[in-house]
Amino acid sequence: MPSLSRREVLQGSTALGLTVFATPIRAAAPPAEPVSPALVEAAKKEGKVVWYTSVDLPVAERVAKAFEAKYSDIACRVERSGAERVFQRIGQEYASRIHAVDVVQSSDAAHFIVWKRDGILAPYVPEDVAKHYPVEHRDPDGTFATFRAWLSVIGYNTNLVKAEDAPKSFADLLDPKWAGKIVKAHPGYSGTIMTATFQMSRDLGWGYFEKLAKQRVMQVQSSADPPKKLALGERAVMADGNEYNMFQLKEKGDPVEIVYPTEGSPLIVGPNGVLKDAPNPNAARLFQSFCFTPECQQLIIDVGGLRSVHPLTKEKPGRKAFAEIKKMKDDPTGVEKNAEAIKAHYTQLFHV
Amino acid sequence: MTIALPARTDFRSRRIDLSWPVLIGFAAVLCVLIILPLSWLVYYSLTDRAGALTLENFRRLATDPVFIDPLVTTIIIAVSSSVACCLLAAPMGWLVARTDMPFRRTVRALVTASFVTPPFLGAIAWELLAAPNSGLINQAFRVLTGAPQDEYLLNIYSLAGVIFVISCYTFPYVFVLVANALDRIPGELEDASAILGGRAWLTARRVTIPLALPALLAGALVAFLQAMTLFGSPAILALPAGFHTMTTKIWSLFQYPPKPELAAAASLPLLVLTVALLRAEHVILGRRSYSVLGGKQGDPRLVPLGPLKWVALGVIFVVLLNPIFLPYFALLNAAFSRVATQLVSPGNITLHNIEFVFFELSTTKLALKNTFILGVLAATVGTAIALVVGYVTARKAITGYRVLAFLATAPVAVPGIVLGVGLFLSYTRPPFVLYGTLWILLIAFVTIAMPAAYQQLQSAFRVVHPDLEDASRILGATRLQTLGRITAPLLRTSVIATWCFIFVGVIRELSAAIILFTSETKVISVLIFDLNESGDLGAISVLGIIMLVITFAVVVLANRIPGFGGAGIRLRNA
Repeated sequence: MPSLSRREVLQGSTALGLTVFATPIRAAAPPAEPVSPALVEAAKKEGKVVWYTSVDLPVAERVAKAFEAKYSDIACRVERSGAERVFQRIGQEYASRIHAVDVVQSSDAAHFIVWKRDGILAPYVPEDVAKHYPVEHRDPDGTFATFRAWLSVIGYNTNLVKAEDAPKSFADLLDPKWAGKIVKAHPGYSGTIMTATFQMSRDLGWGYFEKLAKQRVMQVQSSADPPKKLALGERAVMADGNEYNMFQLKEKGDPVEIVYPTEGSPLIVGPNGVLKDAPNPNAARLFQSFCFTPECQQLIIDVGGLRSVHPLTKEKPGRKAFAEIKKMKDDPTGVEKNAEAIKAHYTQLFHV
Repeated sequence: MTIALPARTDFRSRRIDLSWPVLIGFAAVLCVLIILPLSWLVYYSLTDRAGALTLENFRRLATDPVFIDPLVTTIIIAVSSSVACCLLAAPMGWLVARTDMPFRRTVRALVTASFVTPPFLGAIAWELLAAPNSGLINQAFRVLTGAPQDEYLLNIYSLAGVIFVISCYTFPYVFVLVANALDRIPGELEDASAILGGRAWLTARRVTIPLALPALLAGALVAFLQAMTLFGSPAILALPAGFHTMTTKIWSLFQYPPKPELAAAASLPLLVLTVALLRAEHVILGRRSYSVLGGKQGDPRLVPLGPLKWVALGVIFVVLLNPIFLPYFALLNAAFSRVATQLVSPGNITLHNIEFVFFELSTTKLALKNTFILGVLAATVGTAIALVVGYVTARKAITGYRVLAFLATAPVAVPGIVLGVGLFLSYTRPPFVLYGTLWILLIAFVTIAMPAAYQQLQSAFRVVHPDLEDASRILGATRLQTLGRITAPLLRTSVIATWCFIFVGVIRELSAAIILFTSETKVISVLIFDLNESGDLGAISVLGIIMLVITFAVVVLANRIPGFGGAGIRLRNA
């Protein structure tokens, strides 16, 4: 059984990972690699790159198109699903020795801990990462770096809820007046929600979710969907969802408004990494480099509504500055340890 | 059976050495299609992670509410849908087959349209229509009645909503069976009743209804099975409402961390229930329920409805609003509207969705290509296998033909998602690693299409009397010449119809594909399901319309060919 053998591999490698961690024999990150004409040539020969990602599809496709525009003759195919689905897909494909993915991006940073431990990531440090990225946003061994950051936030539809009536905190969502009016995404699908559920259960306790589950929430899958359901007017309030989709919708003129909960907004960090067995290794590295350029990072800010940790990027005027927002602390290691328990607990409370 | 070769043995003897290889070859192919995955399924359900024999999986299945609740829900859905389908489809079938209601052909064509509409697409369209707050119907309701913002007429995210949408795309099965049965009831029987003094109602009660009842019963069973094994509609509508059905539960067991042994165990109740119901159908109805012969003894008498016929037509129109007119309208509207659930107006009309699907969405081309390749291959391979097996069984050409007939019909008892799980377990491990290739999907699609394709072609062979072939042979033609000059031309229409039927089935298949796809082997149905999970309704509408256009092009092509549209057709779940 492939998934079983994968599980065994995982268990085995957990032990290995711990040993490696205990004894300081970790390889240092390889030196930064600027994009050389030879790399571009080799990538063009391969002609394509496949990016598994959990970024909301239109944003991901914009990144892909920008890459294609810069490097003509290299087609970038986006394979988008929820981060937890992407994780399962790679596990399932790799167990059957299917190596279809070149570069992977996940909204659940814990996945990179597992992938690195499994040894399926290639060390590759783009020049921008080496030169500009803060230490806490790059893997010391050079296998990944933070492609994007954002928050999981509360939101409401401004046609259905007056600003003064809107919830200000997670605790406010438990008010009976919101029963049947809340939409919420799923941690079994979305890495954003998995990460957020970890941080919230840590900071607020599972009691919060127990009470929220009694509010007859509409359960959708992707963290990109609650903002879209708000915009349609399908539900008045969202209990969680992507800040960046809210920016996009709001700036397009849709009747949605963001609430940064007083308890703090769960902070989500989404790394990008190259696979060791990438079918298009050169195009993969070229794409990885492109992803961290100021041009791409500015694109995901301006078009995508995302936050960037690249110091050469500028925040878009009109959006609340990232530094001013009260955030919950991210902890990929904690998510990694608790992911299965979180999914089980969540399913028990919300029934799906 | 082994000695039952009659007088024609003389010219068959030349081929007798071929019959065993043919039998073994095709039996092997059919085994690979059906026996292998089911064996793995049973094996996994009976073992634990370490491979030791255990009943633990079934114990959990029978005691854990996480599994019992979906099973109960599934049965409620299946029974309700089945009853609803019969209540709707039986009178409609009668109106179309036995009355002088106008536009009967059009109604049949429209029912065919709902027949080939992918149920998951219908479910998404109904989200656009009847989501409690944003749904178009609920918006209209509030505008018309002045009801406050949070009141609604319909809530599609509910048990009733799931039953409703499933019934919308399941009732055609009952309709087709009933209408065709009524078509076939010879007018003479009713005439006889009338001549003997029976009035219309007495004739209906004593003659027409009893003759049509088996078909209705068969329809009820088919509807039950469809509703029970459907994946797409409950996944789209039940999960937001916070409940699972068996199919969505099985699928969720494949999410990380995958629990294939539980998925296998959870698949078996569906399989057992399906087999039991098909046995029951077989016992009650005999073999007629499977094959349909076109021979009409006399034209059925049409009941004049008088002015009531317009009322009847009106009612049918209202019924058909639900599976066809409203959902198609909702999809078309969403494709061109900036906000999926706002009516298109000069203020919000957009071509963005079309542009996105064709020029930005990088999987569109791949998914279209895969779907097309799989459609053509599955239709060709499936028709070829069904043709050979149909020929062999209809002409009893080789010993052991019954084995082939059984194997070709057996997949009808395997729900798509169960087959998907079985194939996944069979072909993700060495030596047969087909996972990640189009082959595994091809196997799934051919298997799913086989029973209906086989029955269509087998009955087509039966209609061609062997005398025609014998005459040709006696006049000196070789067997090949006979096939080429006599049999093939007579069967051509059936073969093309079967081909088209499989092709359409592949396009709408979701339940097996959702388990078996990889990023490189994505098909349109899976892409649409993906997009639904991230709420990209505009893109779905465009892809859905493309899907419908391709489907209707193929159906129209098939309908140009006489002989298509027999009641033997059983489209499978999506």
